[in-house]
Amino acid sequence: MKKHLLSINDLSASDALEILNTASELAKISDGPMKKLPTLRGRTVVNLFFEDSTRTRISFESAAKRLSADVINFSAKGSSVSKGESLKDTAQTLQAMGADAVVIRHGASGAAQRLADSGWISASVINAGDGTHEHPTQALLDAYTIRSKFPEFRESFAGLKVGIVGDILHSRVARSNVLLLTKLGAHVTLIAPPTLIPVGVTDWKVDVSYDLDSVINKVDVLMVLRVQSERMADSFFPSEREYSRGYGLDLARLNSLKSKAIVMHPGPMNRGLEISAESADSHQSVVLAQVSNGVLVRMAVLYQLLGGAALAGEVSA
Amino acid sequence: MHFTIGNARMLDGNIVDVVINGDVISEIGSGLKVGEFIDAKKNLLIPGLVDLHTHLREPGREDSETVATGSAAAAKGGYTAISAMANTFPVADTAGVVEQVYRLGQEAGLCDVFPIGAVTQGLKGEALAELGAMANSKAKVRIFSDDGKCVSDPLLMRRALEYVKTFNGIIAQHAQDPALTVGSQMNEGIVSARLGLTGWPAVAEEAIIARDILLAEHVGSRLHICHLTTAGGVDLVRFAKSRGINVTAEVTPHHLLLTDELVQNYDPIFKVNPPLRTEKDVLALRNGLADGTIDIVGTDHAPHPTEDKDCEWQSAAFGMVGLETALSVVVKSMVESNLMNWSDLVDRMSIAPAKIAGYSKHGNQIIKGAQANLTIIDTDKTWIVDRNRLSSKSKNTPFEGMKLPSQVIHTFLNGKQVLNNGLVVNGGSN
Repeated sequence: MKKHLLSINDLSASDALEILNTASELAKISDGPMKKLPTLRGRTVVNLFFEDSTRTRISFESAAKRLSADVINFSAKGSSVSKGESLKDTAQTLQAMGADAVVIRHGASGAAQRLADSGWISASVINAGDGTHEHPTQALLDAYTIRSKFPEFRESFAGLKVGIVGDILHSRVARSNVLLLTKLGAHVTLIAPPTLIPVGVTDWKVDVSYDLDSVINKVDVLMVLRVQSERMADSFFPSEREYSRGYGLDLARLNSLKSKAIVMHPGPMNRGLEISAESADSHQSVVLAQVSNGVLVRMAVLYQLLGGAALAGEVSA
Repeated sequence: MHFTIGNARMLDGNIVDVVINGDVISEIGSGLKVGEFIDAKKNLLIPGLVDLHTHLREPGREDSETVATGSAAAAKGGYTAISAMANTFPVADTAGVVEQVYRLGQEAGLCDVFPIGAVTQGLKGEALAELGAMANSKAKVRIFSDDGKCVSDPLLMRRALEYVKTFNGIIAQHAQDPALTVGSQMNEGIVSARLGLTGWPAVAEEAIIARDILLAEHVGSRLHICHLTTAGGVDLVRFAKSRGINVTAEVTPHHLLLTDELVQNYDPIFKVNPPLRTEKDVLALRNGLADGTIDIVGTDHAPHPTEDKDCEWQSAAFGMVGLETALSVVVKSMVESNLMNWSDLVDRMSIAPAKIAGYSKHGNQIIKGAQANLTIIDTDKTWIVDRNRLSSKSKNTPFEGMKLPSQVIHTFLNGKQVLNNGLVVNGGSN
């Protein structure tokens, strides 16, 4: 595996499966009496968050702590960054503090790659969401969740049908998921009004539909993306209600899903807009499993990137 | 003062000696040796290059470039005339500022610097600047442009086109519909979709070109389209010319060579306005330049200090330096690809731009009596771009490390050598 995780493109299918398998091993340990592993003792993981995202930060923080790493949370909001300090100066400060891994969340697409490529820092860089580009650990935790619900697709997603509905254009979750799901063999259909589909989607190995109702009864997995109401102000769609009527997962649509299909959402949800309360809370929803799997998958990523001895050996040590 | 440029290869292949007397060519022949003899060693002698699109940053951003450092970069690139864009601080929208820039160019003495005046006050796109005052100033401004910004208001654009007819002026439009490019970061297409960067659709450029072509036709004025970047834009200009509309168009060296695929690592060295486009666009631009649809090459030399590029893509400044690489990049993209010969290149980079701007002492045939604005090029030499060896104060070249053909050896400005064996002659003052 490469030194950094910036994009799903950094992973081969077997790299990705290895992370998922590692996460499965970690799950077994987490179910045991001793949840904490000594693997990353003495290593420092910095959570460098230029955007608010309490969920993602807490997930990475607990992942690092369960591997015994020291964790520094650097929230750039309200810090020197908002006073004009550059990404470069912030990175070099972290370098001087001896960070082994930097988990970065940033509003600018490509910020994680710049951090990794620029020579400002020698730590491993993990992209925890960069602008409207990618969010690779979200895609990995989604794949892990799918695998845990569909054991028949454990080694390959060939034959699995996934629909992703929502603001594809601005979604880093969608980009990472499209790359990972197709890499693992799944058939992906993107569903959104045309305004929320990128013009360059022709290059993606997916189908595109503007009609949720024609797709919904065919998928095994329906990923519902968060829709930000500011998109309405930019005329991407006329009103929240019109969006919800066309693309929201309401009770009627929930009932038209296959009985074994699952509903996913990266959170936080806008209940009543892209997903109704009944759908969010239904037995087909795996939203909470996604959250708990997030910690396991992020542990696996930190483990793989920062290196450690074989898991079994460490458990017995 | 007399001197002789000996053994110079003309475009037709003849080897001649050229005698310079004062600031003009006094004799061309063979076996001539009057005054100092500068041996051109059978290298190519062409009229000095002329740029209609240069950002010199002075006054206001002397940390990125000054008129003097930009002039040195121009001399090194083989340019004897450059045109300073108006987006300085303060904006070049008054006679005072354009006269200051003109005077700084004269003082530097390495290149003739012709200021471009702003079309609108403060480049705000709201009210016309004092175009007449700038035209009648010592700087004798004839080209007006809000470059960096588009004159997007159609009525204001119409008025500007009409108004400059008084003094045979020309409006150079930066074609970019602002509403279609809010927050735009790169060409909208396959690469922007993958990278999650806000797209800059080709139509934002083409819609303005189409509108302005029709306005120019309606009022019978001269229109110049800055830095064309799209295949559709080339088609529109071709259409306009077929209708007899008085439009000229420009392409930058970087748009003739680079594509949006280079953005893939988010290195802001490739961030430029208008953005790098696709290979299809590059090929259309090359063909347009070759067949004369696009009249000239303009560098859009846009210096920026290191910190403005040493950051994440979204925060970085738009622009690339280009004066010192322009000739070689055009040779690589146009001559080596056999789309143009050297005579075509001289037309697009010297004769045609001088004619559009009315720079009568530049871009002339090399004949007895012509102003001695000349450049000598070693067409066999290749060189590797090294940002640290640029004369420009800023180092933001997208061609770093690239091996390029042809090197400028000597440049002569108004009968005076300003570049000697690739070195800028110091203390050049008029």
